[in-house]
Amino acid sequence: MSLVNYIYLSAILFTIGGATVLLRRNAIIVFMGVELMLNAANLAFVTFARMHGSLEGQVIALFVMVVAAAEVVVGLAIIIMIFRSRRSASIDNVNLLKA
Amino acid sequence: MTSLVTASAAAAGAGPAYAWLLVALPLLGAAVLLLGGRRTDSFGPLLATALSWASFVVALPLLFAMLSRDPSERAVQHTLYSWIPVGDFQLDAGILLDPLSISFVLLITFVGSLIHVYSLGYMKDDPSHVRGEGRELTEWETSREPSDRRRFFAYLNLFVAAMLLLVLADSYALLFVGWEGVGLASYLLIGFWNQNRAYATAANKAFWVNRVGDMGVLAAMMAMFASFGALDFATVAESAPEASTGLLVLVGLLLLLGATGKSAQFPLQSWLGDAMAGPTPVSALIHAATMVTAGVYLIVRSAPIFDSAPTAQTAVAVIGAITLLYGAIVGLAKDDIKKALAASTMSQIGYMMLAAGLGPVGYVYAIMHLLTHGFFKAGMFLGAGSVMHGMKDEVNMRRFGNLNAFMKITWVTFGLGWLAIIGVPPFSGFWSKDGVIESAFVGEGIKPWLLGGAALIGAGITAFYMSRLFFMTFHGKARWDEKEYHPHESPLTMTVPMMVLSVGSAALGLILYFGGFKTFLEPVVGHAEEHHPVLPVPVIMGLTLALVAIGAFLAYRQYAAAEVPVTPPEGSWATKAARADLYQEEVNRTLFEQPGVALARGLDFADRSGVDGTVGGLSSWIASASSSLRRLQNGLARSYALTMLSGVVVLLGAMWVMQ
Repeated sequence: MSLVNYIYLSAILFTIGGATVLLRRNAIIVFMGVELMLNAANLAFVTFARMHGSLEGQVIALFVMVVAAAEVVVGLAIIIMIFRSRRSASIDNVNLLKA
Repeated sequence: MTSLVTASAAAAGAGPAYAWLLVALPLLGAAVLLLGGRRTDSFGPLLATALSWASFVVALPLLFAMLSRDPSERAVQHTLYSWIPVGDFQLDAGILLDPLSISFVLLITFVGSLIHVYSLGYMKDDPSHVRGEGRELTEWETSREPSDRRRFFAYLNLFVAAMLLLVLADSYALLFVGWEGVGLASYLLIGFWNQNRAYATAANKAFWVNRVGDMGVLAAMMAMFASFGALDFATVAESAPEASTGLLVLVGLLLLLGATGKSAQFPLQSWLGDAMAGPTPVSALIHAATMVTAGVYLIVRSAPIFDSAPTAQTAVAVIGAITLLYGAIVGLAKDDIKKALAASTMSQIGYMMLAAGLGPVGYVYAIMHLLTHGFFKAGMFLGAGSVMHGMKDEVNMRRFGNLNAFMKITWVTFGLGWLAIIGVPPFSGFWSKDGVIESAFVGEGIKPWLLGGAALIGAGITAFYMSRLFFMTFHGKARWDEKEYHPHESPLTMTVPMMVLSVGSAALGLILYFGGFKTFLEPVVGHAEEHHPVLPVPVIMGLTLALVAIGAFLAYRQYAAAEVPVTPPEGSWATKAARADLYQEEVNRTLFEQPGVALARGLDFADRSGVDGTVGGLSSWIASASSSLRRLQNGLARSYALTMLSGVVVLLGAMWVMQ
């Protein structure tokens, strides 16, 4: 199986993630979209590392996982706090930054 | 004065180390009275008077110490402290005590202290104390009333301190501090009754006209500093003879501009008449005896510059000659006793300027006339104040007449001043003014004839208008309503200073002339070679006295023997012009005010439409642009995400295209 297929898969996953972020309203689902995009990027990194026979891409994938884990902790906490105060997890309701 | 040398042996050795007290004492008085507030109301005026006298007492041993020294060593300079040290440049504040400055110090402290005493009586019923007549005083007025007198004495002390600083300074820079100080005191005192709007305006006018002159002094200082590198009199005197004539003429003319402002000389004379808005003691001290003569002091002090710049020197003499006639002509037509005296002051300072513009021949007479004038004019102003005091502040001479029967002391003291100013021998004015006229006739070509002629005619006109003033006030038929006015003699606090000054008016000329004032001043102003007027001296003297006699006689015939109409007669065009101060206001208005206002309006328009238009237009365009951009901030996180995504796509697309 050609390594290019992994890239196709990565692109498909990234597009699904981006579409989720742009189109869904529920904050948790949006969050999952973000995670999906991150992991699509990870897959691309690992694939390219394999293609070029170097380890940098794999190392960066590990870094992204660590950062994503930290970000999930903070992001979920924020979402829960917003849900507690607004009784809603829709991100369209959180629009206080409107000019 | 040399006869005093022996008497001064006791004080020998007293240096100028304590000369700073001269300035410090009255300054302390001003500070105590102004900072002390109403706590000093009770003793403030007395304290101010005492400190002014203390300054005079300090000056006496300084004079004796000076007289005990050899004439060549009489000038002593004492550095007080380093004023402006900047790198290589050092400017020290120091005191210069020489025969010229000590003459001024004695005049200022003596006449100034007498006027302090006079003010104790004169300001007792200051209008601000009686302005509540017929109605209840408001709380604000009651709280202000007593403090007004204290404020007056504080300003008087401030003036004395500033004037002493002016004449004692050893550099132009320090002189300028005093110069501005007296200007400030003059402004504050002219506008002392600032509840009267016209008086406040008069104060502003004096201040502004003086600013024009001050610009001249400042520019002269800059020119001197740029070329000599120093501002102290000694260095300037040393470097002046080697400097280029053009520079010296420039500096001289700028200094002359300053002098015309401070001394109310043509063309900056317009403020002096209005300055009579101040209380009469102020007119006597500041606008007759001392401050207005500061210009003459400046010219004489700058003798090294003027002696090397004949053009500037001639300009001084011409300005003096013009002003002495100008003042005399204006004085002819004034019915307000104080304004007539102000015009006469202008004219007499014109004499001093004329003499100061004659070089070493004239300097000594300029200063001598300044000293005698300080006495007789201050005396007459105090006399005018005494008349106003007895006549409910009436100043219109057409409403006076026959006051000699009611105010004997004022009449006699004023009479002595009158005899002195018109130059009747042996009163003091004769000695000094005759000296000025004689020196004006010295020279070659047409100059002595013009200057001397002006001085001679001026003497005749002076005799006429001063006699007119004297006769209209004290003689002839009483033209006031007996029911309304109750003329009475003033209290002793007022009459004693008048008496002292009248003694000075009578005798000072003799003392100065025969006491060796000429040799006393010589170390400062230089020795004048033997000079011969273009006319023999007895002829000049005879002509002067004849003109004086004619002037006085004409005035007697018209204003004492004949009836004086209470309403001023219409008069010829000349009378009307003189009454209107020879249209000085109109000239100033047309030449300076209207173009200035037009320029300001134009600048305002250009500023508003040009500069403001550009800046305002730009900013409002940016404001509208950003308010439409603001709509992008809709608060929807998903649309932000879309923006970010499209941004990334655009960036990547751009990179792809470029590769």
